[in-house]
Amino acid sequence: MTEHTFRLPDIGEGIAEAELSTWRVKVGDVVREDDVICEVTTDKASVEIPAAVGGTVTWLGGQAGEVMAIGSDLIRIDSDEAAASSAPESRAEPGAPASPAPAPTRPAPTRPATPAAPRRTAQSAAVAQARNAAGRPLAAPSVRGRARDLGIDLRQLRGTGPAGRILAEDLDDFLLHGPDLRSSVGRTRRTGTEEARVTGVRRTIAERMARAKQRIPHFSIIEEVEVEALEELRAKLNQRFGTERGKLTLLPFLLRALGEVVVDHPEVNAHYDDEAGVITRHEALHCGIATQTDAGLMVPVLTHAEARSLWDTAREIKRLSDSARERRIGSDDLSGSTLTVTSLGPLGALATTPIINHPEVAIVGVNKIAVRPVWDGRTFVPRRMMNLSCSFDHRVVDGYVAAEFVAKLKMLLETPAMLFMEWRDD
Amino acid sequence: MTELRCSLLVIGGGPGGYTCAARAARLGVDTILVEGNRVGGTCLNVGCIPSKSLIHVAQVYHTAVIQAGPGQLGVTVSAPALDFSQMQDWSRGVVNTLRNGVAGLLERSGVKTLTGWARFLDGKSIEVASDTGPVVVRAEHVVIATGSVPTELPGLPFGGRILDSTAALALPQPPKRLAVIGAGYIGLELGTAFAKLGSAVTMIEAAPAILPQFDDKLTRPARTRLAALGITLKLDTRTTGWNETTSTLGLAGSRGDETLDVDAVLVTVGRRPATDRLGLSELGLRRSGPFIEVDDRCRTSMRGVYALGDVTPGPMLAHRAMAQAEIVADVVAGRANAWDKTCVPAVCFTDPEIACAGLLPSEVPAGVASRVTEFPFRANGRALTLDDPEGFVRLVSREDDHVVLGIQATGPGVSELVSGFALVLEAGLRVEDIAGTIHAHPTLGEALQEAALAAASTRSLRDR
Repeated sequence: MTEHTFRLPDIGEGIAEAELSTWRVKVGDVVREDDVICEVTTDKASVEIPAAVGGTVTWLGGQAGEVMAIGSDLIRIDSDEAAASSAPESRAEPGAPASPAPAPTRPAPTRPATPAAPRRTAQSAAVAQARNAAGRPLAAPSVRGRARDLGIDLRQLRGTGPAGRILAEDLDDFLLHGPDLRSSVGRTRRTGTEEARVTGVRRTIAERMARAKQRIPHFSIIEEVEVEALEELRAKLNQRFGTERGKLTLLPFLLRALGEVVVDHPEVNAHYDDEAGVITRHEALHCGIATQTDAGLMVPVLTHAEARSLWDTAREIKRLSDSARERRIGSDDLSGSTLTVTSLGPLGALATTPIINHPEVAIVGVNKIAVRPVWDGRTFVPRRMMNLSCSFDHRVVDGYVAAEFVAKLKMLLETPAMLFMEWRDD
Repeated sequence: MTELRCSLLVIGGGPGGYTCAARAARLGVDTILVEGNRVGGTCLNVGCIPSKSLIHVAQVYHTAVIQAGPGQLGVTVSAPALDFSQMQDWSRGVVNTLRNGVAGLLERSGVKTLTGWARFLDGKSIEVASDTGPVVVRAEHVVIATGSVPTELPGLPFGGRILDSTAALALPQPPKRLAVIGAGYIGLELGTAFAKLGSAVTMIEAAPAILPQFDDKLTRPARTRLAALGITLKLDTRTTGWNETTSTLGLAGSRGDETLDVDAVLVTVGRRPATDRLGLSELGLRRSGPFIEVDDRCRTSMRGVYALGDVTPGPMLAHRAMAQAEIVADVVAGRANAWDKTCVPAVCFTDPEIACAGLLPSEVPAGVASRVTEFPFRANGRALTLDDPEGFVRLVSREDDHVVLGIQATGPGVSELVSGFALVLEAGLRVEDIAGTIHAHPTLGEALQEAALAAASTRSLRDR
């Protein structure tokens, strides 16, 4: 008994690969010569492949549905018959020379040509270029001469000929496609793509973002805020109360400031129902807090920010963001915001152009704190600075109003004492 | 004084010079060729061609002598005779035919030929001392293709009974006793030929081997044949002096000093670039020893000045000069060309011949795994039918991709195989390509296929 390997035969002119549609046999089956072993489909036809010898199937070269290169190993049949019409190949030497020339099957092409984009590529660019006895690129004189005439340095090419020899066709290919970018050491082109269905949270995000950006004419104001005093205060509070009440981030201070500012600028803390043509201004500040979760962006809502203490706000932010990230947040906590804050923390960049959370009319973006030189009138001094990037719905918020809103916010954050004292005249 | 202007001036009408001039002219370059002597150069007039004539006649005569004695293959002749002057006439006829061909080629190509010795005035001006007086040629491009001359040995100046190869080829009679100093290919070719023509030949070589650039195995059949022809070979031996009156050569060898009475001494210890008369000191070209350094387009260190052939570093072979000549002509004509040859094939017309293309086994760079296979002519049908089964074809191939790196052969008529060897190397073929090519039977060339089959069958083909 000898094991014969049969290759996927050439089933049509110019076809490099075919889909293995059905196996008619499985490993262990006994087949007779000319029994159909499988069906393969090309874009032109469906073809039944018969067994070249009778015997026992010992190995199948692919699964149904798989696309196989013409000439790749298809099946192994253990048989005591001599393979008359096909090319036996001993399994012990998978890489053995194809010296007994296969009669009806073609030898396996080293790379099946892609029918659509027939770029010839050498085996691997990682392989050093084939050189001749004089150390030059392996190519016939005619190819070398043509390359010279064309001004092409053959060292840029990898040949597809025997032993990597550069063929006239490789030169044609180079002219057509330019240099093979894989040839620079260790760098390869990435060509794969991956499709993912847009569902669930992502789908909601996509729809809402699209609606917001399509309907709302955004404009943004970017302002810088010196946060030295605020940061000092925050550090002192954290030092004093951090252990029992938890550490404060900058966000509770910002919400406290917003709670004050919206009193003077109710236009900003509003909903605009553009279909009904109604603006609803809110006294309460229900602050949406943009939160990154594994599923994507979520905006849990911190209700009545104007009425909370710093630590209360901090605890609520933590509760909301934790439950959002753990995906156990209820719809109550995700709706009803009147103004949204978005902060990327240390990733916060220099400036951003946030998209308004429809039907709100403004969004406050917080950029990262960085020490920057500030001119104090006599000299540059290092100051902790933070930018605010706020976007507004220009249909209902005028630039002047927005600028005032941002200026007030800046003033409060730069003078944090005002967040905690009665400074209004009334 | 006459003054001429041209685009290209080629100095030297040897194989390199005339090839360059003819090709450039055919490409539309206004070209002048200067030759002090006769077109065709050393090779055609006093080198390759007349020596091959001599070797051929020597073999014909030698065969006749054997056939007059014990006979050969059932053929006997009576009283063979050598009319040396008739042989010389025939040889001169061959040379004349070829030289007329070269002159005709130059004329048909539109090359103006000046006779006279050229001397650089500056990089663009050359004074030619012609029969009709000095001529100054001003050229945009100048090619130095002046070839080479035999090297003299100290104490043995050429002249009289001290012969260079040119003088040896012009002898009226084969000398009775001939000493050949230098067992390189010229000395071996001529020494063997004169031995076959009846001279008592002693070959003196300072190195421990003949043809020291080749390995022992490749030269062994030729060395064996020297002994069979009655040639005395003295290796590791130097000449110590020459007594003109007694016609005695002094030798110092490993076995002490001795003297050798001879009728002529042929000195073939090498050749050197013929640049003495050129006034090259005016130019200050970059040199590599006695040679003129050139780049891959045969450009020297001076803009517009090119050099090719024996004046440039590399094997002193006519076909190398001709290949360089094509490059220079193209470059001057504004075409892209550059030296990119894989090999310069070489042939020694010894008995038997030795032919070589690419790397010898010993020349394979360190770190490159290679395989050497060979096939003996003893097992080749054609060699046996020629009654000349000495020698072999040897093939050097790279282990990893089976690309042929070099092919050598020694044996009957292998000079005619060497161009095929070179083709294999230039085309970058693998042993499987040779093995898979049908070689006609029965021919000597089958030995190459057999050597390739031996290389291909003993290793598995990596599918690249």
